[in-house]
Amino acid sequence: VSAAPSAFSDEKGGSASEPEYGHDPASGGIFSSDYKRHDDLKEMLDSNKDSLKLEAMKRIVAMIARGKNASDLFPAVVKNVACKNIEVKKLVYVYLVRYAEEQQDLALLSISTFQRGLKDPNQLIRASALRVLSSIRVTIIVPIMMLAIKEAASDMSPYVRKTAAHAIPKLHSLDPEQKDQLIEVIEKLLADKTTLVAGSVVMAFEEVCPDRIDLIHKNYRKLCNLLIDVEEWGQVVIINMLTRYARTQFLNPNINESLLEENSEKAFYASDDEEEEDKKAEPATLAKRKPYVMDPDHRLLLRNTKPLLQSRNAAVVMAVAQLYFHLAPKAEVGIIAKALVRLMRSHSEVQYVVLQNVATMSIKRRGMFEPYLKSFYIRSTDPTQIKVLKLEVLTNLANETNISTILREFQTYIKSMDKDFVAASIQAIGRCATNIGEVRDTCLNGLVQLLSNRDELVVAESVVVIKKLLQMQPEQHSDIIKHMAKLIDNIQVPMARASILWLIGEYCEHVPKIAPDVLRKMAKSFTNEEDIVKLQIINLAAKLYLTNSKQSKLLTQYVLNLAKYDQNYDIRDRARFIRQLIVPTDKSGALSKYAKKLFLALKPAPVLESPFKDRDHFQLGSLSHLLNAKAAGYQELPNWPESAPDPSVRNVEVKDSVCAERTVLTGPEEVPTRVKCSSRKDRKEKKVEKPFYSDSEGESGPTESADSGNCESDSGSGSASASGSDESGSGSESEESGEETESDEEEEDEEEEKKKRKKLDKTKAKKQAEESAERCTIHTIHQISCIINFDQFDMNKITSVFSQTLAPSGSIKMYELLHRIKGEGLAVEYCFSRQPFSPEPNMVAVQIQFTNNTNSETKNLHIEDPRLQSGMRIREFAEIDVLAAGESVTVVMGIDFCDSTQAANFQLCTHTRKFFVSIQPPVGELMTPAFLTENDFKKEQGKLMGMNEILEKLTLGEKCVNEHVIVERVTATANLSRVPCGSDKECRFAGKTVSSGCLVLVTVTTKEGGGAQLTVNCEKMLIGTMLVKDILQALSQ
Amino acid sequence: MIHSLFLINNAGDLFLEKHWKSVISRSVCDYFFEAREKAVEPDNVPPVIRTPHHYLINIYREKIFFVSVIQTEVPPLFVIEFLHRVAETFQDYFGECSESTIKDNVVIVYELLEEMLDNGFPLATESNILKELIRPPTILRSMVNTITGSSNVGETLPTGQLSTIPWRRAGVKYTNNEAYFDVVEEIDAILDKSGTTVFAEIQGVIDACVKLSGMPDLTLSFMNPRLLDDVSFHPCVRYKRWESERVISFVPPDGNFQLMSYHISAQNLVAIPVYVKQNISFFETGSSGRLDITVGPKQTMGKTVEGLVVTVHMPKVVLSANLNATQGTYNYDPVTKILVWDIGKLNPQKLPNLKGSLSLQSGAPKPEENPSLNIDLKIQQLAISGLKVNRLDMYGEKYKPFKGVKYVTKAGKFQFIRSAIFLSDKSYRIATLCTISLIF
Repeated sequence: VSAAPSAFSDEKGGSASEPEYGHDPASGGIFSSDYKRHDDLKEMLDSNKDSLKLEAMKRIVAMIARGKNASDLFPAVVKNVACKNIEVKKLVYVYLVRYAEEQQDLALLSISTFQRGLKDPNQLIRASALRVLSSIRVTIIVPIMMLAIKEAASDMSPYVRKTAAHAIPKLHSLDPEQKDQLIEVIEKLLADKTTLVAGSVVMAFEEVCPDRIDLIHKNYRKLCNLLIDVEEWGQVVIINMLTRYARTQFLNPNINESLLEENSEKAFYASDDEEEEDKKAEPATLAKRKPYVMDPDHRLLLRNTKPLLQSRNAAVVMAVAQLYFHLAPKAEVGIIAKALVRLMRSHSEVQYVVLQNVATMSIKRRGMFEPYLKSFYIRSTDPTQIKVLKLEVLTNLANETNISTILREFQTYIKSMDKDFVAASIQAIGRCATNIGEVRDTCLNGLVQLLSNRDELVVAESVVVIKKLLQMQPEQHSDIIKHMAKLIDNIQVPMARASILWLIGEYCEHVPKIAPDVLRKMAKSFTNEEDIVKLQIINLAAKLYLTNSKQSKLLTQYVLNLAKYDQNYDIRDRARFIRQLIVPTDKSGALSKYAKKLFLALKPAPVLESPFKDRDHFQLGSLSHLLNAKAAGYQELPNWPESAPDPSVRNVEVKDSVCAERTVLTGPEEVPTRVKCSSRKDRKEKKVEKPFYSDSEGESGPTESADSGNCESDSGSGSASASGSDESGSGSESEESGEETESDEEEEDEEEEKKKRKKLDKTKAKKQAEESAERCTIHTIHQISCIINFDQFDMNKITSVFSQTLAPSGSIKMYELLHRIKGEGLAVEYCFSRQPFSPEPNMVAVQIQFTNNTNSETKNLHIEDPRLQSGMRIREFAEIDVLAAGESVTVVMGIDFCDSTQAANFQLCTHTRKFFVSIQPPVGELMTPAFLTENDFKKEQGKLMGMNEILEKLTLGEKCVNEHVIVERVTATANLSRVPCGSDKECRFAGKTVSSGCLVLVTVTTKEGGGAQLTVNCEKMLIGTMLVKDILQALSQ
Repeated sequence: MIHSLFLINNAGDLFLEKHWKSVISRSVCDYFFEAREKAVEPDNVPPVIRTPHHYLINIYREKIFFVSVIQTEVPPLFVIEFLHRVAETFQDYFGECSESTIKDNVVIVYELLEEMLDNGFPLATESNILKELIRPPTILRSMVNTITGSSNVGETLPTGQLSTIPWRRAGVKYTNNEAYFDVVEEIDAILDKSGTTVFAEIQGVIDACVKLSGMPDLTLSFMNPRLLDDVSFHPCVRYKRWESERVISFVPPDGNFQLMSYHISAQNLVAIPVYVKQNISFFETGSSGRLDITVGPKQTMGKTVEGLVVTVHMPKVVLSANLNATQGTYNYDPVTKILVWDIGKLNPQKLPNLKGSLSLQSGAPKPEENPSLNIDLKIQQLAISGLKVNRLDMYGEKYKPFKGVKYVTKAGKFQFIRSAIFLSDKSYRIATLCTISLIF
């Protein structure tokens, strides 16, 4: 306890003094006291007070942070893993993850705590338990980790599922043999519909099985659609993965353009002898030249990533930019330029990476960046590496039209104080000169002027560049060569000296008088030269000997002799080689005849190329691209396929509806096939659709058997209690899922806004909606036509299904509004017609029937004084002037119940009397059918999890023998439409609440032996609860 | 992804390390030190360094190198952006991101790093979420915590984590509901000697401080949104609404954040607020030179230019300056060779002038280069681009918030650059920074 105050003061002055030595200066470096030095910490950790434990843990973490070894505290720390104080616990976790690898046996002591934590009702604790468990790199617990991951992958909290996705690569790196099982989990999580999980699972996919492209097919569209709501880091990973995916699945959008280019070139250069070849090639090109139509999925990807160019996160912008560069049609790539130029105003590190990528892009697509030329101008405050990269981009962008501006800009750069940059600028001028013929002379002149610059570095660099330029047209520039020969006296930079010597040697015929003199001078200073210069002196000597042996024979001999005894073996080798080659002796071989040809062959002019040329075979934005070398784990960007693979693999809906069709059509006679088909589907669905039930029994079999008994018992209790707690739903979770509701609303609002206000998007969205609607109607038409064909074939059954799906059931229940006695002869009944109330779509249509049982006329029937809950509204029926005796009349009024079952109270007035009446709707009437495809249904259901989902088990009533009765009962209770479903064990219904349009999804799953399970997903919890009650009642009757 | 993180100060001391996977020996940083030495200036350390087994990706911020260790392929920008986010989080938590604050709060730093990355992949980077998980230190709280032993760590999952608006925490309550927006603009321009604009563009950002209860849904609209050429947004902004309607619709994070940044390109007319007449010449003989600078207002939209400072980077041979300023004070630092002339408020009636002689190192050749000029200035209540906020609407909450936009001109850079060799023309580079304020 006494250690507490000192510990505190240590914490404060942490930077200055080292806490672990803090209050015992004697213990410093003596090894024997090492054990003692943590005694106080151990004492604090053993105490009962959380505050002391916390203090101790803080000091220990501070030690870890500074890289000090704290491993001897392991036993003392691990004891506290179950501490109640959450901060202590977290710090213990930090410690554990750091040292568990070193102390595996002791680390195992903590495992049971995490296993308990995995079942905690608090999702944060569940998640952090999984996080730590999976971060402990101890091979023995691999099976436990596997089990925990599988369980967490079907946790109801998306946060826990996200953590499970994070745990997958951890386990994979610990034990790669688990790969197959992990892929199963990845597959399951890929089907997850929450944005939270999407990024993490794709990350896991990339690390564990990046080549399993087939897992993506089914989730491709979902990922595209979720993308904008995924967190930034997830977006980067998903976009990069989808780029690769698209490269394997779609056709090159520029295929026609590249062919066109080829063709035009051919037409231009084509000569007669090539014709034959052309003829052969033609059919092939023609075949390929089918009009290109972009796959709608390809378009979807481009469309959904485009807004992300506006992201504040540079990594996201870069990811989209590379996606467009690799995947978009040429005409559309341009939009990324603006965004990339924007990134150049960011931190210098970001600039560095972006410029590297721009440099690569600007070679391929120069036009894209031309309008932003000035954004690449160099500022004196830029770091050198940025300046050099900008220079590279400017050089790449140079063409005939802008070269004069760019050159003027370059000229100013040469004045800079930054020498590396000046050198790079001179080289850039050289590159411009080689690339653009018109300015070559101007550049050369400018560079020659630079030769008189006071700065030697500038001169040297110019010499090197001039050398390269001169090689292109040496005849015209002998005066420049002469000028440079004079420079050899002054220039000290080895590279420049070497360049001049090479030039003189190469063009010694242009300067026949000067060359031997230069050699003379160089022979004199030979021993003091740098190696590269020496090599060039030898070269010069050799060339002169061949062209002008009279004047230079002795000099050459002298130089070669000097070189013979040089310290550098390269130079000695070179001297020996050249001597053999040029000096004729008896032994000299056949080669010496050709010495002149060897040395004075016409050398091709150097091509000054950008170092970024062809770097785009690496995926842009990747580390490998930046390094221009394959980094570990880099996935090659595949080439476009020759012909597009089957696009239907991504078709989730169509496949399902085909299957559903089958179920409808096949009658009782064909039972075996149907069962087969649906059961396969069933299994699949179970996995995808119900993350709530851990199917650990099924999946974890093999691992369990390999385990110790301890683990087995754990896993058993784990699955049982996990599902138990999931069902009961703890307090904290309910809060959170409440939040989810809000956010979902938010999302929907956004969608509504979209529809209302976005003209641009509207058309697109409309198209999509139309497409899906079309698909839907095609599907129904298909069904109907089939029905016609099979007309006598179990017609009743089919029509009953249909009548329930598409129209409300025939038997409409009437409710009494006013009894004939109470109403003094006027009887009023009402029913919910289930027709849309046309004047106001968000009102429930109530059909009211007045019957006049008196002997006299009733006049002026109308509504007065409605007393309504706030928000509710009534649209009255038009006043009935006269209702003759004995007659009845029906009118329709609309009531907006605001999605509540509150009664609407009002007065029904005749010309004589007023009656207080009220209409209370059963909850099932507050909705209208919504027509969803099976896939939409699943998608929507995925959004309405947690608190929005109500599960209830029930026993079906005696009469509920088959699904048709169930359908009948449910649709009678609630105004819902049936959703096609592949399984005969499940009936699904969908509707929307009338006033707010919230989805109501109902699923009835029948089980063997009359059992069933009812699931209602609805954002409005109250409606869901009441609906469950009503349907339960209807079904169990 | 990110294996480990090392924080290294300017002196080369490694003062913090954190590992997310297996521990990587700190000796890997030797490669970094090597590159650091080679680069001379900290700015010039290559952001990506290759070592035999690892890749080091680093950023330099606030005199600290954040060096991360990578083992496999990862987009470099991903890491760089993340490291900057770490630095920003520290700044947000401790007021500044410096070696001493990090050392003082090492436990919180560790807890933060633990939450921000899981297995090297970012987990929670939104400040609103992090603040719910780990509360920022305040004097009061650290006192209470030492007495009661309560902790800085949240016990439940931040609600934002689960929603589609992870940037906002739930249950925000304020007694005074207020939303402030600062429009900050910066002109970057190059002028040639005659004063004509060679190149000019405006960079702007809108910083927001939103303290509103509940879940407000805000819509900010501009009088002239067409001005904005290129924009980037905080993730809270709905991209599609901007595309279709040119309004900024968003559910804001709680507290301070940068709502958007924008760019107005040179195509639009960019007003240059001041002009500079300058004549600096060096004589062939006598190792001396003359300097004459006059600054005058140009397009100031009737506002006063304040805080005017002219900085001249002299050539190395200039030993001293003997000048006379009609307004303000000047100072020449012979070590850094920088001449600073602090003018203050620009008086259009009496233009400030700085005139006098320069003495050069004797015997040294006449400098070829003409010195470069920087200008700082400040204009109150002016958005140089003319951008105006039209209105701010709030949906989703019932109370009436207090709304405001500030227009204050803060600082600016005005840089004169270079002269050419082949063709001698001279150009200037200007930058102003304006913040605008108004209540609407």
